Amino acid sequence: MGVLENTFDENVLTTTVDRIVNWARRSSVWPMTFGLACCAIEMMAVGCAHHDMDRFGAGAFRATPRQSDLMIVAGTVTFKMAEAIRRLYEQMPDPKYVLAMGACATGGGPYYKYGYHVVKGVDRVVPVDVYVPGCPPRPEALIDGLMAIQAKIDRERVIRKRSVSA
Amino acid sequence: MDFDAIADRIETRCPGAVLGRFGAPSKDPYVRVAPARLVEVMQVLRDDAELGFEMVVSIAGVDWQRWEPRAPRVKKDEAPPPEPEQPPRRFDVVYHLLAVHRNLRLVVRCACDDDDAPAMPTLTGLYPSADWHERETWDLMGIDFTGHPDQRRILCCEDWVGHPLRKDYEFPKEYHGISAE
Repeated sequence: MGVLENTFDENVLTTTVDRIVNWARRSSVWPMTFGLACCAIEMMAVGCAHHDMDRFGAGAFRATPRQSDLMIVAGTVTFKMAEAIRRLYEQMPDPKYVLAMGACATGGGPYYKYGYHVVKGVDRVVPVDVYVPGCPPRPEALIDGLMAIQAKIDRERVIRKRSVSA
Repeated sequence: MDFDAIADRIETRCPGAVLGRFGAPSKDPYVRVAPARLVEVMQVLRDDAELGFEMVVSIAGVDWQRWEPRAPRVKKDEAPPPEPEQPPRRFDVVYHLLAVHRNLRLVVRCACDDDDAPAMPTLTGLYPSADWHERETWDLMGIDFTGHPDQRRILCCEDWVGHPLRKDYEFPKEYHGISAE
């Protein structure tokens, strides 16, 4: 711990269950390795040292949906790929989040009018939490999208709301 | 060996197979070949001692429906380019050949006889690499390569309807329940 070692007296901290669980979840959002097109290049840049998504706890790209919390749909979604996306999404354990990165995943992008093969937005296949515009988005934009996901996690409640008895 | 010498050589070996020579020498000139004699011509192009086109770089289809010639842009002090060829039928198949050891290139065009069910003899017997090129041309253009060993779609989904690069292609309204509008 370096300079912090032996600094504080023994202590007790209080917090809420919601807060501690959300803190844990938001601090280890593991994305799935899911680059579909050129947006994946920017996603890789975000994962690498210069932008370093690991600062946000989201640098551990998983090669399987079963270990991932976040699906970054980085690129053009074709009809041929849509079925695989749906299946991968269903294989992810809850709580799971989807980030649509770039114009194609958000709404078809440049293929909107003449792309016979492109799904006009990945939200027609899986529910999307955050949309990041751009073609492709700058790494900063993707980080901003990730922070929006984290803000969304922070607003969640793990404590069940008082049920209305019948 | 220039383009005219290659075309002359084809005509010597296969008399009457070349229907025409087109294009300015600097812009990928091509010979037009009758589909009935395509395989014969390709065999000569591959095996002739003076030619030796051992590689087919690309096979593509062209849909000439709704095509209209445009007036070419001509710079001052420059001769106008030669008249473009009137496409004889609706579908063309274009073969780009390469002779690696002589650094020769040649474009061969072939018009499909039937506009409604275009077909072309396969080249898979001569060039194994023609297999996927012909599958792609079948997938996107709907040109049937007669005798192809495994003519399936290669890019679109297997249950896709229609051939997307045709000029009269109608876009799908939905696919497997996903709206496309």
